[in-house]
Amino acid sequence: MYRYSDFDRDFLTERNRQFRAQVERRIDGSLTEDEFKPLRLMNGLYLQLHAYMLRVAIPYGTLNSAQMRQLAYLAETWDKGYGHFTTRQNIQYNWPRLRDVPDMLDALAEVGLHAIQTSGNTIRNVTADHFAGAAADEVADPRPVAELLRQWSTDHPEFQFMPRKFKIAITGAPNDRAVTAAHDIGLRIVERDGEIGYQVLVGGGLGRTPMIGKVLAAFIPADDLLPYLEATVAVWNVIGRRDNKYKARIKILVHEFGLENLRHEVEKEFALRKPLYAGGKDVALLEEIKTHFAAPDFETAPTDAFDVAYQADPVFRSWADTNLSEHRAEGYTIVTISLKKQGDTPGDATAEQMRVMADLAERYGHDELRISHEQNVILPHVHKRHLPQIHADLRAAGLATANIGLISDIIACPGMDYCALATARSIPVAQEIATRFEELKLEHEVGPLKIKISGCINACGHHHVGHIGILGLDRAGVENYQITLGGDGTEDAVIGTRTGPGFAYDEIVGAIETIVRTYLDMRDSAEETFLQAYRRVGIAPFKAALYPETKTRAA
Amino acid sequence: MPRDFTPKVITANHLLEGDVVYLTADDRWTRYHAEAELITDEAHAQIRLLDAQRQADTIVGAYLADAQDGPKGPEPTHFREVFRTRGPSNYAHGKQVEL
Ligand code: HEM
Ligand code: SF4
Repeated sequence: MYRYSDFDRDFLTERNRQFRAQVERRIDGSLTEDEFKPLRLMNGLYLQLHAYMLRVAIPYGTLNSAQMRQLAYLAETWDKGYGHFTTRQNIQYNWPRLRDVPDMLDALAEVGLHAIQTSGNTIRNVTADHFAGAAADEVADPRPVAELLRQWSTDHPEFQFMPRKFKIAITGAPNDRAVTAAHDIGLRIVERDGEIGYQVLVGGGLGRTPMIGKVLAAFIPADDLLPYLEATVAVWNVIGRRDNKYKARIKILVHEFGLENLRHEVEKEFALRKPLYAGGKDVALLEEIKTHFAAPDFETAPTDAFDVAYQADPVFRSWADTNLSEHRAEGYTIVTISLKKQGDTPGDATAEQMRVMADLAERYGHDELRISHEQNVILPHVHKRHLPQIHADLRAAGLATANIGLISDIIACPGMDYCALATARSIPVAQEIATRFEELKLEHEVGPLKIKISGCINACGHHHVGHIGILGLDRAGVENYQITLGGDGTEDAVIGTRTGPGFAYDEIVGAIETIVRTYLDMRDSAEETFLQAYRRVGIAPFKAALYPETKTRAA
Repeated sequence: MPRDFTPKVITANHLLEGDVVYLTADDRWTRYHAEAELITDEAHAQIRLLDAQRQADTIVGAYLADAQDGPKGPEPTHFREVFRTRGPSNYAHGKQVEL
């Protein structure tokens, strides 16, 4: 896996030393909050409703067991014994005290982790598929390219004062698990006549003005990738709007200037920049980076232990059916560990659970862990013969919930239980929906269904791309929840459609149940998923079920 | 016509702990909403807010929050401020167990 260089290490040490001094000067009064705030935000320290919050980066969502154990140590030593994994592939600590944060950062640096946030109007951390390097459907591992982009964009002199921040995501598989269509640029590794290249999407994003990315280029050869991206960002940097921060993202440029016009400008710019890359240094660097992401030595062994348990143990079988994904190596599988036990907080893990997951990765998983944007933890490389033992260990730690992709595998942002920007709570809504369907014993009958909840318009919970999306708002001083249906964050990305007026806090779980029962009543067969059924019949039957009084009035 | 001024308290987060505090009439920072000074005059509110913001070595982010008189002292009126007096709803953490 990727290792930080000595340069990175020295940089971290120096940065932590500086921040320690800044905290001291804030406490002794020589820095005002106005002076200190940008410094703490750069170092991942936020002030939420009830306490500070430290947000630790997990690049490409990739961790080893020593790093996971260190996250557990932080949770226990300086927090309340748990951490919250987020849709941004990072972990948040909700209760640090200001004085302790420098020690926390030093402890992170010991294992090559940090909380540095690329802040400001720059190119942000590049995100990648959490099954990268493991998935059977993968054309190529996207992480080396993500790392190349990180090195290219870090301190890129031209891109330090752009109209707004800029986010790139990359997937190496046709099944898009990185929500690439909701990023400023989405890259999809594709193969054409045996040649590897990139499909480039532009102008996606959620938040206040949700938009799905459009195809800017269907195939960019590998050698042209950096000059092409540079040309795209450069064009936007020059002509993108700077007069209004809500109109500054590249999605607005695509919308107002038009995709065709943008493509034309990018191609002109590309022609100017391509010669600057003539030496092929970027291509050589990519080859170098790839060696750091080399796959582990996969072993060949019989899978009998798995087959026997699968036949004999229905609990194990149910877990295997929902929580395993196809691996590219023979005899291997990808294990998704659910952090969504019904009634618990989505994405939370205790220090003890983190250690169990670290041990499993070390013993049975080539020492690799991943964090998914769906707030679960992944063991990407597991030989199937270890699965019965892994399942038993997970079960003992309360981590064997068999619900990946099902109704209780809900994404929820922190909402008004923690976040200072929130307009309503999201966590308890997720807890109650999961508990309701657990009690009804309907979860497995309902099948694949993604519910995503945000506590304000910033859309950290990705509600626009949930099959059922829930947005919590403050309507005249009470919590109110808007529902969208039919959203999709995959390769067929779609923004969901609003059902109509929102629901009060004590009505929202019932409204979700109404939607699910409407689906169960009208689906063709048990094989037709919620999303397929919705696409077949549209929103009308759901509206009729949700707002019966409007129907009677119209009739 | 300007809207009628509704009663307020001054609230902020503590610099070191990060938790919620309120300004009292005798210029202390308290963890109890009911001990806060209930301000009913707009001009006085602005003066008290400036007083609070000057105490940058103790607190962060002082602002005026709506409140009303109650049997034990000032009470929050908006749900956000109610949550701030208690802590999160998913765990027994924060003021609901610490006070
Ligand atoms: C609690 C502290 C948090 C704060 C203050 C915060 C703030 C924000 C803000 C202001 C934006 C909008 C930025 C913009 O569009 O210009 C945003 C976007 C976003 N946040 Fe958060 N957030 C927080 C927590 C989280 C968490 C916990 C997650 C993951 C679960 C998350 C994931 C995201 C994502 C994915 C977006 C991008 C949405 C888009 O495509 O525009 N945030 N956040
Ligand atoms: S969506 Fe809003 S409430 Fe939720 S974490 Fe983001 S900023 Fe906070």
